[in-house]
Amino acid sequence: MILSGLEVLNIRDDSNFINVGERTNVTGSKKFLRLIENKKYSEALEVARDQVEGGAQILDVNMDEGLIDGVEAMTTFLNLIASEPDIAKIPIMIDSSKWEIIEAGLKTVQGKSVVNSISLKEGEEEFIKHAKLIRRYGAAVIVMAFDEMGQADNYERRIQICERSYNILVNQVNFPPEDIIFDPNIFPVATGMEEHKKNAIDFFNAAKWIRKNLHGASVSGGVSNVSFSFRGNNKVREAMHSSFLYHAVKHGMNMGIVNPTMLEIYDDIPKDLLEYVEDVLLNRRDDATERLLDFAETVSNNIDKAEKIVEWRAFNLQERISHSLIKGIDKYIDEDVEEARLLVDRPLQVIETYLMNGMNIVGDLFGDGKMFLPQVVKSARVMKKAVSYLLPYIEEEKSDDKTSSAGKILMATVKGDVHDIGKNIVSVVLGCNNFEIIDLGVMVPPEKIIDEAIKNNVDVIGLSGLITPSLDEMVYLAKELKKQKINIPLLIGGATTSKAHTAVKIFPECDFPVVHVNDASKAVGVAASLINDYKNDNVFSKSIEKEYEEFRDKFLGRKKSKKFATILDARNNKFKNKINQSEICIPRLLGVKVIESIDLNILKNYIDWSPFFSTWGLHGKFPKIFEFEATGKEARELYDNAQIMLKKIIKENRLKSKAVFGIFPARTNQNDEIEVYDPTNKDLLNKFICLRQQTVKATNIPNLSICDFISSDEKINDFVGCFAVSSGFGTDEFAKIYEDKNDDYNSIMIKALADRLAEATAEYLHEKVRKEYWGYDSGENLTNSELIAEKYKGIRPAPGYPACPDHLEKNIIWNLLDVEKNIGIKLTESLAMWPASSVSGYYFSHPESKYFGLGKIDTDQLKDYAKRRNISIKQAKKWLNPIL
Amino acid sequence: MKDYTKILHEILEKRILVLDGAMGTMIQGYNFSEQDYRGNRFKDYEYLLKGNNDLLSITQPKAIREIHESFLEAGADIIETNTFSSTTVAMADYHMEDLVYELNFESAKIAVQACKKFTDLNPQKPRFVAGSIGPTNKTASMSPDVNDPGFRAITFDELVISYSEQIEALIDGGVHILLVETIFDTLNAKAALFAISGVFEKIGYELPIMVSGTITDASGRTLSGQTTEAFITSLSHLPLLTIGFNCALGADLMLPYMKRVSRFTNFFTAAFPNAGLPNAFGEYDESSSQMGEKIRKFLDEGCVNIIGGCCGTTPDHIKVITEIVNDFKPRKK
Repeated sequence: MILSGLEVLNIRDDSNFINVGERTNVTGSKKFLRLIENKKYSEALEVARDQVEGGAQILDVNMDEGLIDGVEAMTTFLNLIASEPDIAKIPIMIDSSKWEIIEAGLKTVQGKSVVNSISLKEGEEEFIKHAKLIRRYGAAVIVMAFDEMGQADNYERRIQICERSYNILVNQVNFPPEDIIFDPNIFPVATGMEEHKKNAIDFFNAAKWIRKNLHGASVSGGVSNVSFSFRGNNKVREAMHSSFLYHAVKHGMNMGIVNPTMLEIYDDIPKDLLEYVEDVLLNRRDDATERLLDFAETVSNNIDKAEKIVEWRAFNLQERISHSLIKGIDKYIDEDVEEARLLVDRPLQVIETYLMNGMNIVGDLFGDGKMFLPQVVKSARVMKKAVSYLLPYIEEEKSDDKTSSAGKILMATVKGDVHDIGKNIVSVVLGCNNFEIIDLGVMVPPEKIIDEAIKNNVDVIGLSGLITPSLDEMVYLAKELKKQKINIPLLIGGATTSKAHTAVKIFPECDFPVVHVNDASKAVGVAASLINDYKNDNVFSKSIEKEYEEFRDKFLGRKKSKKFATILDARNNKFKNKINQSEICIPRLLGVKVIESIDLNILKNYIDWSPFFSTWGLHGKFPKIFEFEATGKEARELYDNAQIMLKKIIKENRLKSKAVFGIFPARTNQNDEIEVYDPTNKDLLNKFICLRQQTVKATNIPNLSICDFISSDEKINDFVGCFAVSSGFGTDEFAKIYEDKNDDYNSIMIKALADRLAEATAEYLHEKVRKEYWGYDSGENLTNSELIAEKYKGIRPAPGYPACPDHLEKNIIWNLLDVEKNIGIKLTESLAMWPASSVSGYYFSHPESKYFGLGKIDTDQLKDYAKRRNISIKQAKKWLNPIL
Repeated sequence: MKDYTKILHEILEKRILVLDGAMGTMIQGYNFSEQDYRGNRFKDYEYLLKGNNDLLSITQPKAIREIHESFLEAGADIIETNTFSSTTVAMADYHMEDLVYELNFESAKIAVQACKKFTDLNPQKPRFVAGSIGPTNKTASMSPDVNDPGFRAITFDELVISYSEQIEALIDGGVHILLVETIFDTLNAKAALFAISGVFEKIGYELPIMVSGTITDASGRTLSGQTTEAFITSLSHLPLLTIGFNCALGADLMLPYMKRVSRFTNFFTAAFPNAGLPNAFGEYDESSSQMGEKIRKFLDEGCVNIIGGCCGTTPDHIKVITEIVNDFKPRKK
C-alpha cells in the first residue's frame, strides 16, 4: 500500500509496524477536544506536530463529538494542516463514524489518505456505495469487522466478515486489495466476563488468517482498547499494550493506533508482570484475570516512577547511558556524557564506546520486534543530543593538530531513506580524522548528490541506507555516475547493505572504486587508502576490484549455469547405482533405537572446533587459528574459557545429549522417492521425496539425487537410515542463569558449546552406526580430524543442507522415528528444530555415496515435486525458494 | 465508438508519440486586437475580452484551425484543444461562465476536424485530439490569504461541478483523450478526476486520461508542496493512460523529475517541457535545434512514452522532436 501526504509512505510486506498518531482525536484526547471546542486551532496544530515529531507515520484525525460541528471542524483542521508542511508531509487518516464527516475530509486533502472506517453494519448497498466513492476520491480504506448482525466478537465471525467484505470490495467495487486494511476489533481483556477471555487471542488469530488468506490486505487496530479494564493503572496498561503489540505484530498486524508514551519496552516489563499479562492475553490459565487483578493492586505507578529514577541513576556509567538511550530520556545525557568524556583519552571514544554500546542494544531490540519505531526515534534523539554535546570538544581536538585536510568526503543518506545515525557516526569519525565532510543529510536525490560532488570536487562519496529499497537507489546512483563519466570512489554503508550486494549489484556498474564499509572504525582506513591510491599505483583499488570480482563470481557461480535439463532428462542421467546384493551390508539392527543419554566426556572428543570460532567472528582452522597474528591471542583465550565452561557443564551435568535413529529396508522408485518399509511386515511406512540436480552436466557426469544411493532394483534388498540428535536439553535454563546476571558472554558461550556438542553427537552416533549398529564398516579406525574431513564411508546429509535443501523432509524423519515422543525435539512451523542445538539427517551406506550441492532447479521439477509432495505450487515455491 | 484506450496502448507499446506545442505562443504570433477577440458576436460585450484565448475558437476559428494544422503538419500525433481555461471558474474573469459548453464543444470540433483531415491523408499515422483541462485559476488546498491559512477561495464541490461541465462538452465535441494538465494543486486535479469518473459513469463509456503536473522550481515539488512520488500516488486511483509533467521547466531541468516518474509509476509517462526558461522579457528563445539537443538527451534516458512541448514551442520545435523520436525506443512500463 502506498499513501501520500506531501511525501509518500510506502508500506511493503517487509515494512516495520506503521504507527498511526492518535492524539488529534476528540474521542481519545480530552485536551484535543477542549482545543477544538474552543476553536484554539493553532494549539491543536501543535498537538499534530508533536505526533509527527514523535514518530507518527500517519495522522489520525477524528472530530466525532456531539457538541461540535464535525464537518466544519474536520474541514477547517485539515485545511490548516495543509498549510503546515511539517505536518502535511505524512498521510492523513480520516476517522469518523459519520459518512458526511468522512466525505468532508476526503474533499480537503490532496494526498492519498485512509478512511477510518466503513463496514457492512448498514448492509451491502451502503457499503458498496461508500467504497465506490472512496475509490473515486482516491483513498485507502479501513474496514471494521462489523456486519448487519453486529460487531464480530469471536474468531469465526471476524474472519467471516472480513472475507465477505474483501470479496465485495475486490470483486464488485474493483478496490485494489493493497488499499484495504482490516480492523478486526481489539476488545478489552480481563473484564471478568467469561466471553471476553479470548478477545486478544481471537484478534491475533484473525490477524494471522487475514494476512494469509486475504491477499494484499493489511491489519490495523486501536491498541489501547485492550487494557480498558485497567484504566488508572498505567503500569499494567503499558505492559499490556506492549505485550499485545508484540504478539499482534508477530501475527501480522502491520499498522495501528498506539500512544508511544503509553508503551513499555517489551524486554523491560518485569518478568512477573509480563507473565500475568500474557496469561491473560493468551488465555493461558483459568484464573489469569484474578491473578493479574491481585497483582495490579500491588503495583502503584506514581510512587514507583519516582523510585525508579533514583534506582537507575545509581547504575554504573555505561548502564546509565544505555538506559537513557533505550528509554529515550535526554534529561541526564549531558552530565553522563561529560562524566564519560573525562574518563577517556579522546572525546571521540565516548561515541565509539559508551554511546555505541547503548545504540547497539537499541538496534537489537528493534530488530527483535521488542522496540517500536517511535521509541527508536526517541533513542536517536538522545544519541544526537549526546553527539552534539561532544562536537565542540571533538572540533577543538581536531584544530589542535594543524595538519591539512586528509580529503573531502561527501556523505548522504540516499533518496527515500531517513536513517542517518550510522551515517552521522561515520561522518563524525571521519571528521575527527581530518577529513572534510560535506553532509547532505537524508533523502538526498541522486541528482543532488552528483551536483554537489562535482561542485565541491570531493574525493569520495559515502552513501548510506537502512531500508531495503535504498539498495536500488545506490545501484541507480552508481549507474548515473558511470553514465556521466564521473570517477569518484563510492563508500557504501548502512544496515541492509552487504559486501554481497555491493560486489554483485553495485560494483559491476562502476568504472571507479566502490567499497563496502559497515563499520565506522574501518571507514577511516578505507577512505585514506582510496584518496592516496594514485600515489601507490592504485594498489588498493586494484586489490578491492580483484576481491569483489572473485567474490561476485563465486556468488554468481551457483546461479551462472542457468541451463537446465528437463527433469526427465535429468532422471535419465542419474548416477547408475550398480550395487550387488553382496556389497550391501545387512544391518545388525533394523528398526528404531533411542539413546537416552550420551556421556559428554566421550562427546567432547568429537567436537569440531573451527565453526565454534566463526560463531565468535574469528575465522580460521583449529588449531592453526592460535598461530594467527591478529586473532591468535583472542582465539586462545576464547578456547580456554570454553574449556572451563565445558568442564563445568560436564561436572554439573547441565546439558543432556539424546539421540534416536532407525535403519529400514528401502528402495528408490522411478519418481526420485525413497520408499521406506517396515522391517518386520514389509509395509510401506513412508517415502522420502527427493530432489535432483537439474543443471546441464558435462558428458559422463550424472545429475545426482540422494535417492540414487539406494538401489531401485526390485531384486536387491537395500537399506536407508535416519537420525535426530540434540544436546540442547538444559541449554536455555543454564544460559539464563548468566543472562540474569547480565553476563551475555557466558550465555552465548553455553549456546555455542551446545551447538558444537550436538554436531559432536551426530558425528559420534554416525560412527557407532557405521561400526556397530549397521556395521557396514566395522573395521574403520579414524582419528577425529579424519572424521571431520569426512574420510569415512557413507554419508549423513541433513535436510536443509546443499544435497537435500528441502526442510519438509524433516517431517518424514519425525514420523519414522517418532522423534518428539522419543527424545523431545520439536519442529516449529517453519521446521526449525527445538531445542536449537539439534541435528537430523539420513544415513546412506553406498560406498560411492558422497556429499554434493543440489544447485537450482527448474519449474518442471518444481511442479513435479509439488505433485509428489501433494502441496500447492505456491507452497512448494515457498519451501524451495532458495533453489529456484 | 472506437476504444481509444486500447488503440493508444497498442501504439504506445511500439513507439514514442509526439504531442503538439504551445497554443498560446502561436496565438501571440497573430497579434490579435481587442476587436479581433470580440469578432462580430461580442462586439458590444461590456467587458474587455483581449487575452481570452479560448474565446478565439468561436471568434477566430480559422486561426485556431490553422494552428492545429501547422502542428499536425509538423508531425504531432496528438493535438490539444484550445480549452485550457474553458471552465466556469476560469471564465469568471471575463464574465463568460455561460459560454463554457459552447467553448469546449466548438474547440473540440475544430481540433477533431483538423485531425480527421490528416488521418485520412495518412491512415498509417492516426492523429488524436486531447481535450485540455487546465488547473483553473483557484487552488483548493492553499489559501490566497496569508493571514488566514484555513481559508479557501474554492471548494472541491465547486471544482467538480465546473470540471464536469467542461468534460461533458469536450466529449460531446468528439475528443479522443482527456488531458488534466499543468496541475499545481493536486486537490484540483483530484476534483477533475472525480468529475471525469462521474461523467464516465453517466455516459456509460470511458476515454483514456492523461495527467500532467507541474514542478514549479528547483525545490522539486509541486506548488502545493508534493514530491514527484507523492503527486503520482495521489492521482493513480483511476486507470490513467499517462502521468508526467509539463510547463515551468525546460527539458534539461525537467529530466530528473521525469526519471523519477518513470521509475515510480506503472502507467505510461508523458512530458511536455517548455522551450527553456523565459528570458528577461518573458519570451522563450530556445531554438528548435537547441531544444532538440536537450530532448535527445531526455529520450536517451528512456523515461517517456509521449513527448511534446509547452510554453514557447512552435511547429518548428515539434518537427525537430518528431524527427528525433524515430531514433529512440519507447520507455518500457
